[in-house]
Amino acid sequence: MVKRFLALAVVVALLAPGIGQALAATPRDVLVMAKRIDDIITLDPAEIFEFSGAEYAANVYDRLITYDLRDVSRLEGGVAESWTVSEDGRTFTFTIRRGMTFHSGNPVTADDAAWSLQRVIRLNKSPAFILAQFGFTPENVAERIRATDAYTLVVETEEAYAPTFLLYCLSAGVGSVVDRRLVEAQERDGDMGHGWLRTHSAGSGPFKLSFWRPSEILSLERHDAYWRGAPAMRRVLIRHIAELATQRLLLEGGDIDIARNLSPDQIASLEGRAGLRIRRVPKVDIYYLALNQKNPELSRPEVRRALKYLVDYQGIRDTILRGKVVVRQSFLPTGFLGAIEDRPYGLDVAYARELLAEAGLADGFAVTMDTPNTSPILEVAQVIQATFAKAGIALELIPGSGKQTLTKYRARNHDIYIGRWGADYPDPHANAAAFASNPDNADDARIKSLAWRNSWEIPELTAMTQAAVRERDDARRAGLYQAIQRLHLADSPFVIMFQDIELVVERTNVHGLVLGPNFETNFYRTVTKD
Amino acid sequence: MAYFPPSGAAPRPGFLPGLPGWLNTALGLLASVALTFLGLLLVTFLIGRVVPIDPVLAAVGDRAPAEVYEQMRIALGLHLPLHEQFLAYVGKVLEGDFGRSVLTANPVLEDIRRVFPATLELATLSILLGVLIGVPMGVVAAVRHGRWPDHVIRVLGLVGYSVPVFWLGLMGLLLFYANLGWVAGPGRLDIYYEGLVEPVTGLILVDSLVAGEPEVFWNALGHLVLPASVLGYFSLAYISRMTRSLMLEQLSQEYIVTARAKGLSEARVVWRHALGNAMVPLVTVIALSYGSLLEGSVLTEIVFAWPGLGYYITNSLLNADMNAVLGGTIVVGAVFIGLNLLSDLLYRVLDPRAR
Amino acid sequence: MKALDDRSAGSFSAGPRAWLMAEAAGSRRQARLGRWYAAWLVFRRNPLAVTGLAIVCGLIVVALVAPWLAGHSPIEQNLQARLLPPGGGHWLGTDALGRDIFARLVHGARITLLIVALVAAIAAPVGLIMGCSAGYFGGWVDAVLMRITDVFLAFPRLILALAFVAALGPGIENAILAIAITAWPPYARIARAETITIRTSGFIQAARLQGASASRILVGHVVPLTSSSVIVRVTLDMAGVILTAAGLGFLGLGAQPPVAEWGAMIAAGRQFMLDQWWVAAAPGLAILVVSLGFNLLGDGLRDVLDPKHG
Repeated sequence: MVKRFLALAVVVALLAPGIGQALAATPRDVLVMAKRIDDIITLDPAEIFEFSGAEYAANVYDRLITYDLRDVSRLEGGVAESWTVSEDGRTFTFTIRRGMTFHSGNPVTADDAAWSLQRVIRLNKSPAFILAQFGFTPENVAERIRATDAYTLVVETEEAYAPTFLLYCLSAGVGSVVDRRLVEAQERDGDMGHGWLRTHSAGSGPFKLSFWRPSEILSLERHDAYWRGAPAMRRVLIRHIAELATQRLLLEGGDIDIARNLSPDQIASLEGRAGLRIRRVPKVDIYYLALNQKNPELSRPEVRRALKYLVDYQGIRDTILRGKVVVRQSFLPTGFLGAIEDRPYGLDVAYARELLAEAGLADGFAVTMDTPNTSPILEVAQVIQATFAKAGIALELIPGSGKQTLTKYRARNHDIYIGRWGADYPDPHANAAAFASNPDNADDARIKSLAWRNSWEIPELTAMTQAAVRERDDARRAGLYQAIQRLHLADSPFVIMFQDIELVVERTNVHGLVLGPNFETNFYRTVTKD
Repeated sequence: MAYFPPSGAAPRPGFLPGLPGWLNTALGLLASVALTFLGLLLVTFLIGRVVPIDPVLAAVGDRAPAEVYEQMRIALGLHLPLHEQFLAYVGKVLEGDFGRSVLTANPVLEDIRRVFPATLELATLSILLGVLIGVPMGVVAAVRHGRWPDHVIRVLGLVGYSVPVFWLGLMGLLLFYANLGWVAGPGRLDIYYEGLVEPVTGLILVDSLVAGEPEVFWNALGHLVLPASVLGYFSLAYISRMTRSLMLEQLSQEYIVTARAKGLSEARVVWRHALGNAMVPLVTVIALSYGSLLEGSVLTEIVFAWPGLGYYITNSLLNADMNAVLGGTIVVGAVFIGLNLLSDLLYRVLDPRAR
Repeated sequence: MKALDDRSAGSFSAGPRAWLMAEAAGSRRQARLGRWYAAWLVFRRNPLAVTGLAIVCGLIVVALVAPWLAGHSPIEQNLQARLLPPGGGHWLGTDALGRDIFARLVHGARITLLIVALVAAIAAPVGLIMGCSAGYFGGWVDAVLMRITDVFLAFPRLILALAFVAALGPGIENAILAIAITAWPPYARIARAETITIRTSGFIQAARLQGASASRILVGHVVPLTSSSVIVRVTLDMAGVILTAAGLGFLGLGAQPPVAEWGAMIAAGRQFMLDQWWVAAAPGLAILVVSLGFNLLGDGLRDVLDPKHG
């Protein structure tokens, strides 16, 4: 009996290798990517406010305006081929590109564009503020955003702003044009088709949705009638792989073409590996600590300052985030109008201790930090925990999902929050409005900026930010932002640490993946495979 | 990871005196299952109430104005006293309404229906491995009681109980996928096969054959082998152990001595007579360990990026999606109760003494 | 207590062994010690069980002397010495933040032991009280308590623990609590079964007749008599507790940074598996060895106390 059993075992062992033999490269017209996509909660471009969702929208929808990815200051036409601005700077007239068709085959018209923008305001989801800041409300939007004929779109803003401000805002996800006829047919209870569009696509972009299984897989199909020409890839499959080790295994095994979330350490060991190509693309995202001013210790200026001397910027950059970040301490990322390069802070425990002593906290204090439980932020948080400890500050980490920590942060219930901030559109106002403006510090304020989230009352900076966005001269405007950043750098409750570099590893037979400066400027359209 | 079966018999009172025996037993069983299920719901309900996450906020988002918030609070029934909330909750669950997942925006039941077949497929293959290898191992160990095959099998089994399944999975991937290339990688299919076969049953092995796509079938099997082996090892450990002790009991019985005395071959005595009799309790053991595989699948699915129920529950948990976590918990609990009932019934049907 | 001068009872002066092995014990204590000694003789013959005992004792010793054994601080970081291979100043190398893995492993033994001890300290009394009360009072009390026990048994342990941690929030205290909540039902079952067999015995009846209150009888007589079988079962369960705790740690729901917990160490080391295999391998092996130790020990104990199921 034992013998027979052993014989069976041997047979099984011999057969087993045969099963997995089908390992092969992915098909030539299918792009397979591993990426964390569990942040996607909706596919409606009027609602998408997540990193992965924004990348999806960028590949499925066309926006009214785009910009040169190598030089963000150069605006380009998208669905709007060209535009003119009235003398008073309040009325924008867009000419819609002819010959574009939606995935459904319907033509793209000014009516679709107007309806899409109105829809953002009426649905009033998370990203709606990007348009609402121009004074659009559900009541007035039909009048202020309108199609005057099939190919002319008119947009009137409440006040005159820096002329590029609106245009950049229309280059964001909320500027996506959706297929009115298709979406309206799916309307339920006056939801403007929102319930349907959350899980379907109705765009004119190079790809259309074939299916989405949340936290598992996103599958796109080529749009053959795309106006810039059909993409080479018939399908694009984005598989959610949370495990970094697994992403790497799949990449080396040839089961995926591109790994999007490998850690700096993994990438360092893949350096020079045959068949793989490593790409490092500077991004506009910023890593920072936010110190809630409702906390009595953190609200002391000396403490705010001391904490800026208790982060090992260089050490982190050179080790756990090697190649993944550059040190950045002002709130505007490199490449933005008016961005400054000042980096006055470095790890200096002795000086930090002095500052703490001045604040009457020579023995340190205990404080918590809400930390998203994903790599690399969790590792960075642990290093910060260790350097804070050297000055006697007992930092307790409270890890949670990105959504959990963010919800707590938005409700101003944190002590310290560590996170990543991505500009919603490439205009300096995107970050200035967040970091340096807090018009109303009440708990029920209408505008809840990052400064508001940290209960930082700054009437002067707020006024300066408001003035800067209304300044119509670029050079003067840049000067204003430089002044705001310097004031901010000296005393803000934000420990700004790094600017992000996106790390992507591709198999060398894959070419043409476009990785822009922003999370919504990554495009699959031009990808080809040998 | 219920390692040892609970010992000490549960009280099984008859339902009502005066009823015919079988009816009484059946009603008693039914009442006990219903009560257990109700208790399960009570526990999940209470967990849902102590959660620090505000369910209203989760539903309306944190930018909603106060009146929308209040409307949703009433719509969710959170203004009612606790016992009324519980009754409403039971009613909803019985209708199959576990609420909506925040993460996927789908009704939780719909999500579970989508992910459950993946777990079922994995657990079924694992239990097959566990039975096909574990039962012979247990028999061999019993026959060679106290000798080296017994010791080897025993240690193998104990290691199966002791190894962290997520760690074994990682090491298995490293060795068999990355280094040796014997098996396919994480996931249920090579990614570019995704969406090629229309889900009918949700079991890819079945669906691919129905659709006449043998290539997909083999691919799916290649992906199943490793996670099923890792998980199967756990059930193998349990099954071989139980088989061994059941066989030892049988082999010491008088009828075995008689059978041997009658000159029956040793193989016939062991595999036919002893195993045949041990089969009755063994079936219940197998049914129970099938349930524990559902649980073992939680960590295995994480490691293998296996989009099943365990993966769904943990992923929801990490994203504080309580409706999904509790819905998943209820489903797994219900399956457990069902399997317990099934093993109980099987025992009654198969075992002449219990009839 | 004076040993009777009776040969068969064995006198202590004849040597402790003879005293312990005496056929007719002179006292209850002698009888009990004698039974334990006989059990130990059986246990000792089983090399696997002895190995298990040695591992468990080793764990306790390591946990006790951790600060002296470790040689390094378990939380001191050195970003310049990250992911060093085993050897030299670091026996098992360093992790992603340049911390000494051996030191973390050794201090992790304390966490593991703490989890095991606290779970036992919470779950065993709860199970005993539930089971003894159910068995002693019978009737409604029994039906209700056992129904509650059944409900908890109907849950898969890990998933229930996950749901509890989700509700309570991540952290080692909550993980311990969650595991304990899921661990007690089998103990209640055992305690109940034992209680039912002794509830009608003479000395309980006698105590009752003397007017002792139910709680006094329960605490004074029933619980002590049932606790030994519960303790054996607790030992048997410890491997499962360790694995569940490690699973929670792996998912980031157990001990929080910078605490050195083995499951969390695997989680942190898994992204380095392909290049720096030692980071995840060391804690994985530690979990394997320790839970194998508990399993071997439990297995041996079972052989001794319940040979039929060996």
